[in-house]
Amino acid sequence: MCGLAGYLGDPAPEGAERALLERMIHTLAHRGPDGYGFHAEPGVGLAHARLSIIDLATGDQPIHNPARTVWTVFNGEIFNFVELRAELEARGHVFYTRSDTEVIVHLYDRYGDRFVEHLNGQFAIALWDGASRRLVLARDRVGIRPLYWTKADGTLWFASEPKALFAAVPGRAQLSVRGLLQAFSYWAPLDPDTAWEGVHSLPPGHVLAIEADGRETLTRYWDWTFPDAADTRPARFGDIEQAVGELRERLVDAVRLQLRADVPVGAYLSGGLDSSGIVALVRGFTDTPVRTFSVAFDQPEFDESAHQLAMVRHLGTEHSTLRIGPAQIGEAFPRLVAHTETPVLRTAAVPLMLLADSVRAHGYTVVLTGEGADEVFGGYDLFKEAKVRRFWARQPDSTLRPKLLSRLYGYLENSPAANPAFAASFFGQGREHIDRAIFAHVPRWATSRRAFAFLAPELRAQALQWDALAFAESRLPADILDWAPLGRDQYVEAKTLLAGYLLAAQGDRVAMAASIEGRYPYLDHTLVEFANTLPPSWKIRGLTEKHILRRALADLLPDDIARRTKQPYRAPDSASFFVGGKPLDYVADLFSADNLRASGLFDVDATTRLFAKARAGRVVGFADNQAFVGVLSTLLLLRQRPGAGIG
Amino acid sequence: MGRRQEIKQFILGNFLFTDDDSAFTDDTSLIQQGIVDSTGILELIVFIEETWPVRVPAEDMTPANFDSLGAIDRYLDGRLAA
Repeated sequence: MCGLAGYLGDPAPEGAERALLERMIHTLAHRGPDGYGFHAEPGVGLAHARLSIIDLATGDQPIHNPARTVWTVFNGEIFNFVELRAELEARGHVFYTRSDTEVIVHLYDRYGDRFVEHLNGQFAIALWDGASRRLVLARDRVGIRPLYWTKADGTLWFASEPKALFAAVPGRAQLSVRGLLQAFSYWAPLDPDTAWEGVHSLPPGHVLAIEADGRETLTRYWDWTFPDAADTRPARFGDIEQAVGELRERLVDAVRLQLRADVPVGAYLSGGLDSSGIVALVRGFTDTPVRTFSVAFDQPEFDESAHQLAMVRHLGTEHSTLRIGPAQIGEAFPRLVAHTETPVLRTAAVPLMLLADSVRAHGYTVVLTGEGADEVFGGYDLFKEAKVRRFWARQPDSTLRPKLLSRLYGYLENSPAANPAFAASFFGQGREHIDRAIFAHVPRWATSRRAFAFLAPELRAQALQWDALAFAESRLPADILDWAPLGRDQYVEAKTLLAGYLLAAQGDRVAMAASIEGRYPYLDHTLVEFANTLPPSWKIRGLTEKHILRRALADLLPDDIARRTKQPYRAPDSASFFVGGKPLDYVADLFSADNLRASGLFDVDATTRLFAKARAGRVVGFADNQAFVGVLSTLLLLRQRPGAGIG
Repeated sequence: MGRRQEIKQFILGNFLFTDDDSAFTDDTSLIQQGIVDSTGILELIVFIEETWPVRVPAEDMTPANFDSLGAIDRYLDGRLAA
């Protein structure tokens, strides 16, 4: 919850600092509709937009230490603030609010930049130490809350979203070719890169400190790590039952911590194992029915309402379903892009934005969700697919092994596995990369990269010269190949799709668009650290994903939910932009030859053909759908920020 | 227009979004070159079934029959010869 913005430097004439900060923070009103707070002194300005969740009465930010030398603005929640405060008070610290924010300044007084290691939560923090005249920016371990920064004219600007930076430095709103190519490969630029030239994203698990003399230090305080392959013998744990018990305790504790709020807390219920587990665990903490929310789709391919309602009955929740049709998705898409400020390859975030609106309309501002379980416990088909591909690569001429692939992707109407002979060919692609840490992601990135065909010739030439695999590899830890393959795959997933897209566009941005806060118990870092030590075979047993999580939740859920195979959350893509074969007005306008030409980014002929194919309802596969949505979202970014084109 | 050229035009337009005839040859592996992906094979087969009087049975849906322009043309030679 909340938004933050500010600067380090003296960009405004004396007396005009507040107006400058207001210009920045007003662009983040959706993140903090409950009030603004400011602190400015020579050399620094801090602004905050508040969404009140803890300490409604006195928790306004910025918050300072007793000496008024340390000031902070922060977006997020520190779930263990109760325990931290008790420890600090026992050591003589005196608090003036009841907020979670205040522990930050006291921890900084005591531990310096290492304050961040004591926090269990989701957060983006800007802290000013006036005594040493240094600024500290920090982001949570997995990337739940965003923090962007840029430098212009001797000033360093920072904010929760690029739009606040652009309010201060309009010239900074320039799309980045590098960012664009990454978005069309990995679904999102890899931290610290962004879609915008000169705008950086503070990577998750990092602290950026800027000293009085201008020296900058970027420090990593946390990362996803996995044991060496040799260390994942089950013997290390005694037996799986012991681990199941410990996992259950940790899940209960993560939910307990993340229920902390001075406002009512709801939950999303997708009908799958993960969110059902969260709701079941929440029920253990309350006598009143849990308030749950979900989306339902008209198209059966995407709809999960039968499973959702089964869970509602089983747990006796008070439930609201939001029914969504493709046309609503198309209509709301421009608003999504205005919030994400980056190209997106799928429309799936739109229903979640509409759901967030609905949650707010029902009077709730906080929801727990099941996000993160797939990354932590090996839920995605991508992990299973990689397992089969590796298994098969050892005997490439085998005709038997590829049949395992037909067990994958069962939920897809136009499934690549529908054609066993072809599935064998397609999943055999990338065999030459078997010894590389990015092996599991090669097919996905090859699919996304087909969108390069629509780039204008000069850009396409650049794109074809760029080695997306090597670039992604360059961001990986040196020892990643010592880890078991599943650990490598999980790491790459956590650092690319999870941080870059799922927690960002599909998480933070869409919830904040409706001024609500999402919470992710599966991403409690102590839970993640524990899960990362587990043997791969306890996460994916044969081809059954999230095995140990199912065991840990089994007694809480009906059999069919506990056993249910993952159905990834998806929404209609290109079909959302055409009604009865006619494009929505704004879509037709954006795809006009004149507009495509003016964009300078896209090949007019190829893109026009893609549009025609979509209009004819013949865009059926992932590659074409992703290209269509990717091109459309980029054109929207240009429309929303005139002058943002490249060159 | 010959059958081979008609198929080529379909592949060029539907998968490569171009009409540049030099984009691939009769022997180019459509899968290896990323021209046709997994769902693309289904699109291709639908096009063939809509354009010529043939039904492609599941057992014929193999790379040997569909992975290149030449292969497709030879497959249809066999099916339509009768």
